[in-house]
Amino acid sequence: MTSHLLLLVAFALPVSAVFATLSRDEPRDQLRTGGMMFGGFVLAAIVLGWLMYPLPL
Amino acid sequence: MATKSTAAEGARPASEPGTLVLVCVAAWAIPGAGHFWLGRAQKGAVFLVSLTAMFLVGLLLKGRLFPFDLSEPLVALAAFANAGLGLPWIAGRALGLGSGLVTAVSYEYGNTFLIVAGLLNFLVMLDAYDIGVGRK
Repeated sequence: MTSHLLLLVAFALPVSAVFATLSRDEPRDQLRTGGMMFGGFVLAAIVLGWLMYPLPL
Repeated sequence: MATKSTAAEGARPASEPGTLVLVCVAAWAIPGAGHFWLGRAQKGAVFLVSLTAMFLVGLLLKGRLFPFDLSEPLVALAAFANAGLGLPWIAGRALGLGSGLVTAVSYEYGNTFLIVAGLLNFLVMLDAYDIGVGRK
């Protein structure tokens, strides 16, 4: 398993689930918070990856 | 003492100090056990599945369960984080798992999974304590 994206997803999924479950009591809120957190993890990684694409200059 | 509870689960506060200690020990030893004890089964199940999966993936990625080597502060800190996962960590050490393969391309990823799983379980333990004293 050497895909960076796959490992990122495999990491972001349980971390989002744990943080959402810790911070919200209702399952519906947990799902929404966890989904947003997971999306944020993946999106931020992709954006940062593209921003770093030209480096080193 | 007021506690929050969802429609799906009722929380049972553990007001006695002895019981609270046992809840915290259970929460450390088995991810989610403290929440199961306090009647928050849904949360406990999420913690059990998520943290155990992170631990197993960390081992599969050739991560290392660090020894308590106080001459190397970063290694000692990593060992402390690893120890946050309780029984899975003890079992891993006892079975000789988590020796780490530094030449593996996934070695650092594995370390990250193992360290973060332990640290998250410390947070889960504190959450169980807060529920136990009635703060949540």
